[in-house]
Amino acid sequence: MGPSHPAMHGTIRIMLELDGERILNSEVEVGYLHRGFEKTCEHRTYFNLLPYTDRMNYVSPLINNLGYVMTLEKMLNIEVPEKAQYIRVIMSELSRISDHLTCLAAMAMECGAFTVFLYKMKAREFIWDVIEQTTGARMTTSYIRIGGVRADLHPDYEDVLKKAIGETKKVLKDVHGLLDKNKIFLNRTRNIAVVPPEMAINYGWTGPCLRSTGVYYDVRKAHPYLVYDQLDWEVPLGDRGDNYDRYMVRMKEMEQSMRIVEQAMQKIIKTLRPSPTMAKWLEPAEAIRISRIQKTDKKIRLSPNLEGSEKDAYPDILAKDRRYIVPPKEDTYTSIEGIINHFKFFMKEHGIRPPKGDVYFSVEGGNGELGFYIISDGTDRPYRLHVRAPCFHVVAALEEMIKGHYVADVIPTFGSMNMIGGELDR
Amino acid sequence: MEGNFFTTKFNSILGWARKFSLFHYPYVTACCGMEYMSAACAHFDIDRFGAGWTRFSPRQSDMLLVVGTITQKLAPVLRTVYEQMTEPKWVVAFGTCAVSGGIYNNYAVVQGIDEIIPVDIYVPGCPPRPETVLDALVKLQEKIQKQEQEWRWKRRK
Amino acid sequence: MEEKKVKILEELKKTFPDKIKEASAPFGDETIVIDRDFLVILVDFLRKKPHSYTMLLDLTCIDYMDRKPRFEIVFHLFSLSNNHRLRLKVPLPDEDPWIDSLTFIWKNANWLEREVFDMFGVEFRGHPDLRRIFMYDGFIGYPLRKDYPLRKRQPRIRLRK
Repeated sequence: MGPSHPAMHGTIRIMLELDGERILNSEVEVGYLHRGFEKTCEHRTYFNLLPYTDRMNYVSPLINNLGYVMTLEKMLNIEVPEKAQYIRVIMSELSRISDHLTCLAAMAMECGAFTVFLYKMKAREFIWDVIEQTTGARMTTSYIRIGGVRADLHPDYEDVLKKAIGETKKVLKDVHGLLDKNKIFLNRTRNIAVVPPEMAINYGWTGPCLRSTGVYYDVRKAHPYLVYDQLDWEVPLGDRGDNYDRYMVRMKEMEQSMRIVEQAMQKIIKTLRPSPTMAKWLEPAEAIRISRIQKTDKKIRLSPNLEGSEKDAYPDILAKDRRYIVPPKEDTYTSIEGIINHFKFFMKEHGIRPPKGDVYFSVEGGNGELGFYIISDGTDRPYRLHVRAPCFHVVAALEEMIKGHYVADVIPTFGSMNMIGGELDR
Repeated sequence: MEGNFFTTKFNSILGWARKFSLFHYPYVTACCGMEYMSAACAHFDIDRFGAGWTRFSPRQSDMLLVVGTITQKLAPVLRTVYEQMTEPKWVVAFGTCAVSGGIYNNYAVVQGIDEIIPVDIYVPGCPPRPETVLDALVKLQEKIQKQEQEWRWKRRK
Repeated sequence: MEEKKVKILEELKKTFPDKIKEASAPFGDETIVIDRDFLVILVDFLRKKPHSYTMLLDLTCIDYMDRKPRFEIVFHLFSLSNNHRLRLKVPLPDEDPWIDSLTFIWKNANWLEREVFDMFGVEFRGHPDLRRIFMYDGFIGYPLRKDYPLRKRQPRIRLRK
């Protein structure tokens, strides 16, 4: 089953030894999307390699961003403001929902349920609308920065978010009705590729695949980061560890994610101060002209999207430490300290220089524990950056999982594992 | 007989027929695959341009849509798939990684698929928005309309 | 959690006083540096109760160009019952970089060790099937070593331009 095959997951090659239709032995060949991420990281500064982290697990790009940034924050000991933490939680849960939607859509399409694929893509578009409104890009956003997030939530985000959640709930209800008790789907997925919990732990599985075998391990509950310990949600578990359980665990996780997003949204509305609005402020060119003569403290009107009211929003969204964040544009263009700050941040040999040492931090990605291991030697480039890719360990078990099954069982098994090529091969 | 009313009319009818019934073969590798899925589904539909049905076999398709990064390990496979396709065929390089290697300039990535196969349309973007993809499809359709059929009696001369 | 952290390092220092070369906790992660002959014994000890480090999270390698020993293999172990992570480091010399394979304990070590072999050239003794996993056959060299240039391409088929 060659590297270019209709199952739209990623490029992987499975060589099967068959006896009629049953599989005797198999060999999985990966590496068709090895893009040299780890080697590239040694030649880029810490700030420059944010876009590379987006493109690893490309169905949930904000979570990869988050993992990398939180590892650096652990090393640099930066404290992130509370509103930025809530925004990060909302963004990463939305990414998780879109990850599960894509995985199950592809799995259902390969089993023949094309309608499910179209419904879930429709829901995913609404979620991407929410992400695009705040971050500016649908997929590869580089939104989560060291010290916080890049920009504040859009003033109208509530309506779009409510619509997205409403549409997703409708779609999930439809899909539950279509697939849950569907005889064909059950025949194809129940009791196929059963994985006992000891085998799953031995293989180093984490995430929804491990939870479908019954083991309770979620990084968000075990080593809580951001504000997950202040929100009220549950971790769904499966019992048998077959394909159907992996499907059910993902569906339930999506509902829990939506619960988290709603709570976070309520928290932001109730307790944290709202985003400031722009009134009669100075035009940028005029502000620069005035600042050449004397220092000005008046507010400057910037374009009303990402770069809107930068300095005002900064205490909410970015940490105070000047060494690790990009200074606001008002400062850069109108004062000498700002421009020196900007210069020192971006020039080679300056910029973010963490202390010597190594650090490991993990977040709960769409597939499991996404860990980043950074070794720094005091310069502005990482000496070595290693990513603990969750689906690497899951796919390592594929050879053993499909032994003794039919060729047609490979497709739903492979689909339920959610192999993402960018994460597997880095 | 060359270039008279009948051949130009025939060319235009052939172009019209070909451009509105494109069967594409999506050679999906990486992140651009997500935008391809978006472009093919309900919100931004490529079915309305006639290119709806995805043929899952290179022998039955006439447009090769190379989506995502092509690595050195995958290059011979792409060449094989291209050679398996029958004439007439068109190639669309979807996404910056397929156009020129993208942000990856290292030991493992092919710097643009035109190092391996000839390309007709280049779609930049990382990943390209679905509207860009639809625009590229329309441009490809214009190109197909203007293409002349290679008559055998022309080549003999 | 604080008592558990200090406990494991001290307990290991007490049980194996001369084998643990270094034990520290930078940024809150416990780290132990040991020799390669001691690896299997220590891993076996850690896997049993009460420590029960049953999951191998990660296995990777670091190439220090300017110090001897050149390579260092890093293991991240995780204990589900105690909810605790531990890092093991094993330095390897440049002249004969070999280490014992852990495939008989953890099955995911199979692919992880193949990846380290592919990228760095470290040999894992006892591995059932040690070959390249990411790069293709015919690729010469080990890409993630510091002396392999970033842009050195080895094309597999003849390129057109």
